[in-house]
Amino acid sequence: MEAVGGQFFRRRSLSIVAVFLVFVIANALAGGYVGFDFVASIADIPAGIAWMASNFVPSVESFEKIGQILSSLGSTVLVSIAASCTAAALAFAFAVLGSRSVGIGGPVSVAVRAIASLFRNIPVVAWAFILLFSFKQSEFTGFFALFLTSFGYLTRCYLESIDEVSGGSVEALRATGAGYFPIVAQAVVPMSITSVISWVLYMIETNIRDATLIGILTGTGIGFVFDLYYKSFRYDIAGLVIVMIVIAVIVCEAVSNYVRRQII
Amino acid sequence: MERQALLNIESVSKSYTGKAKALEGVSLTIERGQFVSIIGSSGAGKSTLLRCINRLIDPTSGRVEFDGKEVTKLGKRELRQIRRRISMVFQHYNLVYRSTAIENVLQGRLGYKSSIAGILGLYTEDEKAQAFGILDQLGLAEFAYRRCDQLSGGQKQRVGIARALVQDPLLILADEPIASLDPKSSRAIMEHLRWAADDLGIACLVNLHQVDYAIEFSDRIIGLKDGKLVFDGTPAELDAKAIADIYGTPYVKEHAVRPQGFSDAVEADVMAAAGVA
Repeated sequence: MEAVGGQFFRRRSLSIVAVFLVFVIANALAGGYVGFDFVASIADIPAGIAWMASNFVPSVESFEKIGQILSSLGSTVLVSIAASCTAAALAFAFAVLGSRSVGIGGPVSVAVRAIASLFRNIPVVAWAFILLFSFKQSEFTGFFALFLTSFGYLTRCYLESIDEVSGGSVEALRATGAGYFPIVAQAVVPMSITSVISWVLYMIETNIRDATLIGILTGTGIGFVFDLYYKSFRYDIAGLVIVMIVIAVIVCEAVSNYVRRQII
Repeated sequence: MERQALLNIESVSKSYTGKAKALEGVSLTIERGQFVSIIGSSGAGKSTLLRCINRLIDPTSGRVEFDGKEVTKLGKRELRQIRRRISMVFQHYNLVYRSTAIENVLQGRLGYKSSIAGILGLYTEDEKAQAFGILDQLGLAEFAYRRCDQLSGGQKQRVGIARALVQDPLLILADEPIASLDPKSSRAIMEHLRWAADDLGIACLVNLHQVDYAIEFSDRIIGLKDGKLVFDGTPAELDAKAIADIYGTPYVKEHAVRPQGFSDAVEADVMAAAGVA
């Protein structure tokens, strides 16, 4: 007897099985080529964790260094906040100029998008390497690298937020005969301010994480402290540094979640 | 009563790049204080026509003359000055939703202010008194300090009308002002616009989808089809044939199709659902 729906459901099941088989085979081929043994890796994980636990757990002596760690962490957090906020201010101005609804349009819009995409698509680590030549190992190099990527990223986000929220009210205010800057101040800013703040908070969180990596390269902040103790085999202190970074990021996230709830 | 021409549109056309003409040689004259509705199917060019008048859209050819000035020839600065006397009301209200009702109303005055005063939102005492007065006239006095995203659709549109009135306009362009509203709010909005025309002498040019409202409220009705003006007359002249021409399909009046003896109950239900009863 012919099944209900003909061969449709059988074919659907077969194609799901086929996709799964292709996935497994591709995985096996690729893994075999690079010599990745799945079973051995799984077996190695417990030993790896045991090693981390025995070496990276902060010891009592490591807390002697807590003052140095906290001051470096403080400077890293402050650099991240400064870079995010400066980038946000500039990115907002750029996004207003380049947006579809309020922008001056034409070549400016294209230029803004191109610049934003250039800064965004060069990874922050690459920026740090490039800037090391010009500005040497200093806090400013780290600040500048974070600033450039944040600027590119935020411009992109703000362009979208502005176009999304303010199209209608911008049109209404243009119809009243209002000039460009009053329209920006009275319509674009109030309509987009929550997403602007939200993105800055997100950027600060991301930058604190990235700043650690940048610090290793530029020899500043918490990244430098981590690098120093890691390379001198003081894993207990390095472990303490990691714990402190995690705490800082969690605190930062909690604060920004609280702020987000308040401004909606 | 002798009436002066306020707005004169002469063979205005608009074509968007790569597409058919949105407007084709539309000409019409509107008198001071006249209430004119524009009807036509979606895509007939109603919105484009309104926006060509205050040049939110630049017409491809033709001329628009408003209050003795040729709008189509004005520079940026003069265009902003002429826009002060042409208000606009939108289907989706186009308010700054995160600001309060009174702030939105006052923004209607931005065209009269210097850039600095506009940026900082510095309004004179007279302007504030005027704005509160208009909100009161529209029955929104108690909502003045309410944020606009907390208002109902009908209230938002009344804020939109208040913003339009505070401009001291000679003409209000209303683009589908009741298309997103329930029947009760729709009627209230149309009555407010009619009041602006009758008592304040402000000409109204209103895009509508509802033929019934157009017939009930207008002094004059314009029909657009495929960007061309196909009807221009009084509501009495808009007969079934004219409506069929405009929409390209026979139009049956709503009350004609309602079964006898059943209509009152149905209507009561509808009105109850709309929160009238």
